[in-house]
Amino acid sequence: MTTELHPVGSRAVADHPVPTGKEEIWRFTPVEKLAEFFDETLSRNGLWHHVEGISQNSQEPVATMGELDLGQSPRGQVLVPLDRSAAIAATKHAANHLVLEGTLTQPIRMTLTGESTDPTSDHLVIEAKPYSSATVLITYTGVAHHIGNVEILVGEGAKLTVVSLQDWEPTSIHLGQHEALVGKDATYRHIAVSLGGDIVRIQNNASYASTGGDIELLGVYFADAGQHLEHRLFVDHNRPKGTSHVDYRGALQGQGATSIWVGDVLIRPEAEGIETYESNKNLVLTDGCRAEAVPNLEIETGEILGAGHSASTGRFDDEQLFYLRSRGISEDEARRMVVRGFFAAILARIGIPDVEETLMARIDTELSSDKEK
Amino acid sequence: MSDRRLEIRDLHVSVETETGPKPILKGVNLVVNPGEVHAIMGPNGSGKSTLAYAIAGHPKYTITSGSVLLDGTELVELSVDERAKAGLFLAMQYPVEVPGISVANFLRTAKTAVDGQAPPLRTWVKKVSESLASMQLDDEFSARSVNEGFSGGEKKRNEIVQLDLLNPKYAILDETDSGLDIDALRIVSEGVNRYSAQGDRGILLITHYTRILRYIKPDFVHVFVDGRIVEEGDSTLADSLEETGYEKWVTEAGA
Repeated sequence: MTTELHPVGSRAVADHPVPTGKEEIWRFTPVEKLAEFFDETLSRNGLWHHVEGISQNSQEPVATMGELDLGQSPRGQVLVPLDRSAAIAATKHAANHLVLEGTLTQPIRMTLTGESTDPTSDHLVIEAKPYSSATVLITYTGVAHHIGNVEILVGEGAKLTVVSLQDWEPTSIHLGQHEALVGKDATYRHIAVSLGGDIVRIQNNASYASTGGDIELLGVYFADAGQHLEHRLFVDHNRPKGTSHVDYRGALQGQGATSIWVGDVLIRPEAEGIETYESNKNLVLTDGCRAEAVPNLEIETGEILGAGHSASTGRFDDEQLFYLRSRGISEDEARRMVVRGFFAAILARIGIPDVEETLMARIDTELSSDKEK
Repeated sequence: MSDRRLEIRDLHVSVETETGPKPILKGVNLVVNPGEVHAIMGPNGSGKSTLAYAIAGHPKYTITSGSVLLDGTELVELSVDERAKAGLFLAMQYPVEVPGISVANFLRTAKTAVDGQAPPLRTWVKKVSESLASMQLDDEFSARSVNEGFSGGEKKRNEIVQLDLLNPKYAILDETDSGLDIDALRIVSEGVNRYSAQGDRGILLITHYTRILRYIKPDFVHVFVDGRIVEEGDSTLADSLEETGYEKWVTEAGA
């Protein structure tokens, strides 16, 4: 028996009709605001991008940046679009190709900056060679109506961390699909941090090329008044003896602040001996917010080590605030501390102190800027 | 004339229940002078903890009338954090877990808040380390999240570390002895006694049992029944309570 709750993709744009909003994958999204994202006839440039950490000579370890035409390997080997916008971005112009070899101690920092609401799209391919070790920080900033795909190959024994920071100006809209194929005994960690933008919707998929892969999909988001932040996860346990861990935490503050979290985990019949856990926690800071959490666990074999999920949405804990304030800490500071603490467990997994501090500072800004609204 | 004292005047406090406000404190009068240790003893449900939390400003409790003056400052009109800045400290019976905030960060933030300026970094780190050591907690303790996964004893010792470092003018200790084994009780009591030995600090020690009073000698003992003080005396009153219990007053109060 196959229930097929999980989404099924296609590389052809024509296989993805223009959404009406009634489709399962679009039912939470304000599609009426997104018509241009489904129009394949529009011309789309890529965003202006700046990369730090690319090797200047050929000595190992190395990080190189090149381009891949449509159909040029390994582009398209991993990412199978689950929706029309991702399919459009996947078939447009040359893709950036970041190749990582050896042990890179410094993170690769890639910044993509939008300058207008003209439609744009990018398709980035990250290829972590076998036994490489690297961290890639992708930061989206500025004003844009952007479709951004990220296709990730994690080679055998490689250790790759990808941080995707959505730090857009308030009018920006960002759709996109990230998808990784994780090699034998490789470790893949993806951390989505969504703070800015009007609408952000990221479909984040991962599957296994072999046994022994370790996948961690982590996320932090902070939805302000009127903001729609949507994270859709799909972990495909298609090989034996892999592990996956999904942990997303969000805070919401202000009228109409909306967060959507959908976590699909599929355990196929061949995925014996796997272990998976997914969790989503939301902290609602004011009235007028909406946090949706939808975990879906499809289990097609019982021969596994474990599978579980949890989702919760709660308000500030008055007792925590009282405890901090009874030590002289002001209400604003106490709230900031509780939110920081809530996110700290996720951000600490990035493993790069200056990036963690930068993100914490951004979250502090979110907390204080929202109070002024 | 000096107004240096913690003075509770005819304090009435109620809590909100499904059937409307319920009075818990029914006119409490008490003066704690600097340098004094007062023990408040009473049966479960007498309102001892309500007194502690109401003075500290917990939102669950409404002060319907009366006054609490700290060195002449009316606490009732102040927010929770303003009361702490005025010099009040409450060591809680059930210290609250705050995930993701380290003890070190919490202590530094609290010290900065009550003093109005950040403590000098070099001496502060040493002070924290010494304070933890006095409670038999190692330096790694300060990297842990506040109260998260702490044992009952660790939570109470962490409260006394805060008492030591924040060094308030007046401290209310709410059932600090509950859940402590004999060794932890001794360590915690020594911490309270060091604070008290400064000579100009006031302590309101709330307890159910006389056990802690073997280690911390009160100057005054108050028997608390049905929301008010029904008997007062010196430390010998605690000894007689050990034998007679609270029954006499509970029967009189009709509680």
